[in-house]
Amino acid sequence: MEDKLILGGHEFSSRFILGSGKYSLNLIEAAVRDAGAEIITLAVRRANTKEQENILDYIPKGVTLLPNTSGARTAEEAVRIARLAREIGCGDFVKIEIMRDTKYLLPDNNETIKATEILAKEGFVVLPYMYPDLYAARDLVNAGAAAVMPLAAPIGSNKGLATKEFIQILVDEIDLPVIVDAGIGRPSQACEAMEMGAAAIMANTALATAGDLPLMASAFKNAIEAGRKAYLSGLGRVLTRGASASDPLTGFLRD
Amino acid sequence: MDNRFFVDGEHLSPAALEKKHRLETDSSSRTNHMEYMNGMERINSDIMEKVLAEMDNYDYSKYTAKDVKAALEHETCSIEDFKALLSPAAEPFLEQMAQRARLETSKHFGNTVYMFTPLYIANYCENYCVYCGFNCYNNINRMKLNMEQIEHEMLIISESGMEEILILTGESKSQSNIEYIGEACKLAQKYFRMVGLEIYPVNTEEYKYLHECGADYVTVFQETYDSDRYSELHLLGHKRVYPYRFDAQERALMGGMRGVAFSALLGLSDFRKDALASALHVYYLQRKYPHAEMSLSCPRLRPIINNDKINPLDVHEKQLCQIICAYRIFLPFVGITVSSRESESFRNGIVKIAATKVSAGVSTGIGDHESKYNGKESDGTEGDEQFEINDARSLDVMYKDIAAEGLQPVLNDYIYM
Repeated sequence: MEDKLILGGHEFSSRFILGSGKYSLNLIEAAVRDAGAEIITLAVRRANTKEQENILDYIPKGVTLLPNTSGARTAEEAVRIARLAREIGCGDFVKIEIMRDTKYLLPDNNETIKATEILAKEGFVVLPYMYPDLYAARDLVNAGAAAVMPLAAPIGSNKGLATKEFIQILVDEIDLPVIVDAGIGRPSQACEAMEMGAAAIMANTALATAGDLPLMASAFKNAIEAGRKAYLSGLGRVLTRGASASDPLTGFLRD
Repeated sequence: MDNRFFVDGEHLSPAALEKKHRLETDSSSRTNHMEYMNGMERINSDIMEKVLAEMDNYDYSKYTAKDVKAALEHETCSIEDFKALLSPAAEPFLEQMAQRARLETSKHFGNTVYMFTPLYIANYCENYCVYCGFNCYNNINRMKLNMEQIEHEMLIISESGMEEILILTGESKSQSNIEYIGEACKLAQKYFRMVGLEIYPVNTEEYKYLHECGADYVTVFQETYDSDRYSELHLLGHKRVYPYRFDAQERALMGGMRGVAFSALLGLSDFRKDALASALHVYYLQRKYPHAEMSLSCPRLRPIINNDKINPLDVHEKQLCQIICAYRIFLPFVGITVSSRESESFRNGIVKIAATKVSAGVSTGIGDHESKYNGKESDGTEGDEQFEINDARSLDVMYKDIAAEGLQPVLNDYIYM
């Protein structure tokens, strides 16, 4: 059976999503060609209106655009940006980002839930960026999200899976795809998240700031695939403490 | 060495000259710069108090190489660490500071550099700020563009590809009133995605009105945070009132502006103390308004019309670089703007370390974009410039130069809400 990522009824073979932030022709090329990305995020607020380079011109055919609402501080603003994205031809996918803190850029779960509810009703495929909180994730499911996107660490920090335990809870308890976003700095961290059962990885800075873009892109591709395979195969036993008793404690049980 | 700011224009009447000289030499002839004038709103804020207390207690001579090394080792930079990084003891560590600053910049901004251009729409001014080309005693061509002329300027700028504009006026509420500026903002919304303002400080309600007209970012330079020095440099006009100016950013945020920008004009006073106060002004205001976007500028004094002797004194490029690196390490998330007051080579270098925003296609004069952008012969009806710029690159050239440095030029990062 083919292992597909399904978001709002759309199927994807790749489990790497290119984040926004630092875009360039080289980065998009590497992400698509070498990392196999089929979804690319676009910051609507950065879409130029004039003839200078426009990111929309960079997106190869067949790639799904994922406009985000960065710059929004409230649900209302996020909704307006999402509608604008649809108007300018970005399709029906939207990644909700709502931040009310310019220092850490942490997502506001409450506002995100509100925006998700409105946009899902309007037919958007809503992918909400969130702080990994179980209650918020459940509310997002009920609000009609197509996936949840918990952060691994503060955005741009490249600190890896700082919220690992909480992401694991989401993976275990939420029936939607869990896409790990923000903070993934290395392929090994992407691999680890995939082993845990994450459905996909979103990254940008880790690629954009690499010395050899195409090489790093293919490293991410392989790491994500390796992690996915490990998850699907069922990880082997890993002892966390001591040794395994060769004589089982329950060996005395007879009937 | 000190700057010699006082220049007497031949156009001044004997009575005007007498008043000017009295203001310059006799401090008892000046108003109390800490006292509000009629109509100036007072807000409930303790930020000025906090900033000034830190600045007054800052003795940068007590910091040593050990403090600087420790500051560079800490993952987050405390106020004490920042003080060490601004001190003379940090000068030998400039390269390490630059490396660290670059890392912080790339974490928060990637390799992007934003571009904007200023548009001066009037240069009438009622203040006597002794270092400024627009000061009311300086003999310059005064001008105020009408709406048709403003739109013409905006069209030319917009055709160059620019998406962000900063509208400036001299500080004259009678010549350039709020409605006039508001109408200019409405026009700007037609041509640009982001409209900033650098005008005289106003009350919360007026910021609210300007925000509704389309402006979303307010820049106010405190010039110097040293209150005594401030009173010696700003001798006349509304700008003389130090605390009203200090609280301008907070009033702008209360009025609904998305972001605010801050700066001291380096070279006016003790630059280390001014840099400390500028950054702490941002730091404390950010804690109170965490949703707001904030940025710091770092202008140095430049020559003006009728006084080519004005210079930034002891703030050389090396010190400027130290200040900018320290800003970046202390406040990794704030924008840092480096204007055309600095040279091409400095700006090319500093965008790789810490600056996130640069101006391009700059004129600090009034109504001269067509002659500057398209080479159209000037018809002599232009207003004079606020100061001499140093880097005259057009948007096109700047864009290519930034890209050639391996960075990503960004013209817009913004949606007006």
